[in-house]
Amino acid sequence: MKLQKNTLLALCSVLEFASEPARQFSTAEIAGKYGASPHHLAKVLARLRRAGLVSAARGSGGGYRFSGNAKRVTLLEVIALFERIGAPAPGQRAPRRPLERALHRVLAEIDETAKATFGSITLRTLLKLAGR
Amino acid sequence: MIHLNKIRGARRADLAQVVEIDARITGMRKPAYWAGILRRYGGSDRSRFFLVSLEGSAVQGYVVGEVRDWEFGSPPCGWVFGIGVRPEARLSGTGTRLLEAICAAFRRRGVGKVRTLLARENSLVLAFFRSQGMMAAPFIALERDP
Repeated sequence: MKLQKNTLLALCSVLEFASEPARQFSTAEIAGKYGASPHHLAKVLARLRRAGLVSAARGSGGGYRFSGNAKRVTLLEVIALFERIGAPAPGQRAPRRPLERALHRVLAEIDETAKATFGSITLRTLLKLAGR
Repeated sequence: MIHLNKIRGARRADLAQVVEIDARITGMRKPAYWAGILRRYGGSDRSRFFLVSLEGSAVQGYVVGEVRDWEFGSPPCGWVFGIGVRPEARLSGTGTRLLEAICAAFRRRGVGKVRTLLARENSLVLAFFRSQGMMAAPFIALERDP
């Protein structure tokens, strides 16, 4: 199971913010920690902000802080902002041949399990798992 | 927060409240099923557990489980196959304490692993078990039409 780079960066960022909800983080700090460019991270954070998961403060001491509910927000909700697990690629036709259809069923089964797993783990649970 | 809830083995007098809690969660009243659970899990068999959490005489939640030996080659482990908390009593730690109580009972029986099985769509209870540190077990649940 692999997630896109953007998705992983979003997950790590939101988890960093959720681990210290009272603190404001600068993009440079998160970008430095995860080896991302500040420009790239800013795009990711803009999407998280639109979803109400982080809020931005302007000014010289500005930055981002967590604004969601870590006990309720699941990994799947964050992932779904960036990619759709199991969604067919744009323009992809439904499989027609029996072998393709059978393979499609197996892949769909894996996707459903992945979705259930991500959907059952809240940010708080993951932080607990990481000992934070 | 101080929790005054008491956890003990379920009794016949608790059944109506357990049926009501289950019906509110699942949308189905199953009095005969719960009477059977009390008969099989509320008795003297020390490997079967049907516990309730009480506030005064009001049942706030229940948990049901048992020790299963060598099922599918697995060493004895604790199985939790039912847990429910009155909706208005949620987020107060009732489920956590019920799970801790049954885990303590499993440990007394010498088992070191606790398992459960849930529908993928049951995200509320799945998230609860995840929050209690449960991870995917090395098993895959399968089904087919008979």
